[in-house]
Amino acid sequence: MNGKSQILIIGVVIVCLVLVTRLFFLQIVDEEYKISAENNAYKYITIYPVRGLILDRNGNILVSNKNSYDIMVTPVDLQPFDTAALCRIFSIKKEFVREKIAGYKKNRRKIGYQSVVFLKQVSEREYGVFLEQSYKFPGFSGVSKSMRDYPYNAGANLFGYTTEVSEEFLEKNPSYRMGDYVGASGLELSYESVLKGEKGYTIMQRDVHNRILSPLAGGAYDKDAVPGKDIVTTIDGELQQYGEYLMQNKIGSVVAIEPSSGEILSLISSPGIEISKIANISKYYNQIINDPLKPMFNRAVMSAYPPGSVFKIVNGLIGLQEGVITEESRFPCRGGYYYTPTRILRCHAHRSPLDFSHAIMMSCNAYFCYVLKGILENPEYGNMDESFTKWRDYVESMGFGKKLGSDFPAELGGTLPTADTYNKIYGRGSWKSSTVISLSIGQGEIGTTPLHLANLAATIANRGYYITPHLVKSIPDSTICERYTKRNYTAIDSKYFDPVVEGMYMAVNSRPGEGGTATRAKVEGLDICGKTGTAQNPHGKDNAVFICFAPRENPKIAVAVYIENAGFGGTWAAPVASLIVEKYLTGTITRPELEKYMAETNLIP
Amino acid sequence: MKSIYRKLDWPLIICYLLLVAIGWLNIYSSIYSEEHNSILDFSQRYGMQFIWILSSFAIAAAILFAISPKVYSVLSPLIYVSVLFLLAAVLFLGTEVNGSNSWFVLGPVRFQPAEISKISTSLLLAYIMSRHNFRLSNMRDALLAAIILLVPMGLIIMEKETGSALVYAGFIFMFYREGLSGWLLAFGLMFILLFITTLAFSPLVSIIISLLAAAFLNGLFSHQTVRQTLVATAVALMLAYLPRIMLLEPFRFLQKTEPEYIAVAILLPVTIAATVYGVRKHFRHTKFVVLCFISAIIFIFSVNFIFDNILQPHQRARIENLLGIEEDLMGAGYNVHQSKIAIGSGGFWGKGFLNGTQTKFDFVPEQSTDFIFCTIGEEHGFAGSVAVILLYGFMIVRIILLSERQRNPFVRIYGYCVACCFFMHFFINIGMTIGLVPVIGIPLPFLSYGGSSLWSFTAMLFIFIRLDLERWK
Repeated sequence: MNGKSQILIIGVVIVCLVLVTRLFFLQIVDEEYKISAENNAYKYITIYPVRGLILDRNGNILVSNKNSYDIMVTPVDLQPFDTAALCRIFSIKKEFVREKIAGYKKNRRKIGYQSVVFLKQVSEREYGVFLEQSYKFPGFSGVSKSMRDYPYNAGANLFGYTTEVSEEFLEKNPSYRMGDYVGASGLELSYESVLKGEKGYTIMQRDVHNRILSPLAGGAYDKDAVPGKDIVTTIDGELQQYGEYLMQNKIGSVVAIEPSSGEILSLISSPGIEISKIANISKYYNQIINDPLKPMFNRAVMSAYPPGSVFKIVNGLIGLQEGVITEESRFPCRGGYYYTPTRILRCHAHRSPLDFSHAIMMSCNAYFCYVLKGILENPEYGNMDESFTKWRDYVESMGFGKKLGSDFPAELGGTLPTADTYNKIYGRGSWKSSTVISLSIGQGEIGTTPLHLANLAATIANRGYYITPHLVKSIPDSTICERYTKRNYTAIDSKYFDPVVEGMYMAVNSRPGEGGTATRAKVEGLDICGKTGTAQNPHGKDNAVFICFAPRENPKIAVAVYIENAGFGGTWAAPVASLIVEKYLTGTITRPELEKYMAETNLIP
Repeated sequence: MKSIYRKLDWPLIICYLLLVAIGWLNIYSSIYSEEHNSILDFSQRYGMQFIWILSSFAIAAAILFAISPKVYSVLSPLIYVSVLFLLAAVLFLGTEVNGSNSWFVLGPVRFQPAEISKISTSLLLAYIMSRHNFRLSNMRDALLAAIILLVPMGLIIMEKETGSALVYAGFIFMFYREGLSGWLLAFGLMFILLFITTLAFSPLVSIIISLLAAAFLNGLFSHQTVRQTLVATAVALMLAYLPRIMLLEPFRFLQKTEPEYIAVAILLPVTIAATVYGVRKHFRHTKFVVLCFISAIIFIFSVNFIFDNILQPHQRARIENLLGIEEDLMGAGYNVHQSKIAIGSGGFWGKGFLNGTQTKFDFVPEQSTDFIFCTIGEEHGFAGSVAVILLYGFMIVRIILLSERQRNPFVRIYGYCVACCFFMHFFINIGMTIGLVPVIGIPLPFLSYGGSSLWSFTAMLFIFIRLDLERWK
């Protein structure tokens, strides 16, 4: 015996031991391979969790679940059956059945032993009749599935919809499986991880002939489904529904916020997706997508509208803060503002000259042209670039020109020009305050979403700060993001808000003939403060805009209403906003005729 | 005649018969179906395997009783050259099967010259190396042996049968027995280890291993006290490191980077100190250790180049899959994943004969050939798998022991060649089914379905058993 041969023998023994050790881990220690989903000895039956509910701020159910029934068919188990009887049960045509069966024959290789959907979402009654007679239809079976239900019949765009996962989605999110549903828009998307719950499964044993026997180890390895958690939103279900009622036959948006908390009370985009279609959106998807009024487009958070005269408040506040005007400053209005000796930005007829609060109350264009001119030509700043950037910083501090950071997925930031925007258009140094003068009245290169405007109303109501608007009040076992409790102070001192509030109060509550622009919004005892706007729309009639809050002291609600192609803000947007405020604060409506008129008027051009 | 029976090495023959029987039953089980339930149904592979088994017995009998054992040594050059001719011919005349160009197809019979070239190469090596003036330390002799090995290996690689060619690497163990320095073997293994660790972890881990080895070697060639401290450091670190290298599931949590920096911080000064000390004291081996260490470092940094530029894409994918660098359970990793599920689901006693669920319905491709071990693992569990491993282990050790007993070096060298071949096939094949070795398509001797492989393994073994008889003369 030679030493080297001993080493070789030891080597062989070691290799054998390595193999045995590995087998020991694989076959005895590691359970993973025994109950692997790819093990043909077991069939994994998925148990789907119930999706979490969506509640409103008062605990009312906004989105719940109901059962729906699908009729499945396992083509390999099909035997000749009474087609006419089947058609009677589900009121379908014979051709439909024939087509389906022919389709299965064509794809029989692909389908194999699987079951496929024959009919989706049959009624409970039809399902019951089918179950009684199902023995006549071998190969057919019924499954019950959970489906979304909307007791309030409102808020389709807000809640969003769930949809079957796509292949691209599966590639990015390997924890989902084919056939799972996932939130695709709105709150369903934002809070998918909370609402979805966890799937469970039952493991059934299967023998070598592919027959299913019994649960593995009496269900010891099974996993129960964990239902999704409910979320409590900041939405007021009644108000959401009421707002959608008022906004029917109009294009635009209503956003209401509780100023003290930043909680969004209602978020309406009109026309929206019909609530009756959203639970089963795949069926209507093409129809919705091709609708010229774009119901999928959530105007409340996506459209960059010109804010119109509402924006005068912003310029006024900046003017006061920068010291280029005081509350007492008066500017003449000769039917408008002559920014060159021959060119005029027109104004409507009113008394002149006005002080600050009255300029807000009567929405004098010329006044705010002088204000913006004062801000941009402020000698404190070296040039236009600098003064414009300063102006922009103020505007941005009030939440404009950026996403506010709400928990609504589709939110957009609107547009807010920078000095560079104009440098690019006109060349550096060759534009003046008169070039951009339309910004003074909220026209031109500025775009704001209705959410921005409601946030402005809330900021004024709070006299100088806002809390990032948000939609969810509480989620079980987790705290609300800190962002949604923090006060965001604007760059304007609190004291400058008082004359603005005074102007807004007078705009609504002044006596007829005094020139208040929003007297139609007046509700006795509610102390609504508001500002109208009438924004030019290049595609037709002007857009009606109105922002308000109420009551004047300790405001409880701030509202922005934007209606496309309606005309004057004071005529159309202000009444809608006042009805919303009244509904929210008192729960009743004292002006049923106005309500009826507003709801029934069709303003779609 | 009677005396021959008594002198035959029955343990080897019994081992062989058991393995052949196990193979046949498992081929039957792996493709069993209700329609063809007779094990002698010749339209099925198990029926065919029965024919291959019977013909193998005929070959074995011919070798034992009809062919003079002198033939093997005297005619070995002729056999070798004719097989080389076949290997070359198949490149032009062969039929492509599964992407490799190594088969002759004659009606129902498929035949792979690569299988018998193992025998012819073994015989010629044994013949050349057993001449009394042959010395492996002699450069010319070593070169001759290398050429004998490398020519068929090269032809087989050209036939795209890289797996079969890899088996020839196993002959290094035979060379080791016949005088090759053990260091060379150790460095070979070391470089394989460095290759794996560089790919699976990082070059840093490989550097640690090289440092460990250098410290270890420095210690080995030093004075008593230095040796003790160095060996102690090295062994301690190695033990601490072993679980990481072994890739075992329970130790996954250890896979963090920080320990590596600590290890380098300890090892580097120790190794440098030991080297400096060795140079001062004029130890003979210090230069050698430094040289090896430098070549290891160069190798570590060329691993990625070799991996990306020299290996074929499918080989790369198989290695990546093995090392868990990339999981592709539907592609390169599919076979192994399915095979692991099949074997893993077997448990201790297995699911029983014909009761495997994984190994039916073609879930594991190549079920009856390269992945036959899955069926054993699934249906006969840990117990059955260990039994098969023990049979192979016993057979290989038995062949080594018998070889050592030979007076004729020709028989001894041939015996070692047989042991090496069996060992490589056994380790690579079983290793790949349980995810220890990348997928390399070579059969499991005596168990896998296939005529030419069974014939050649039978011939290889029985030539040795016949040659062993000569010992009694």
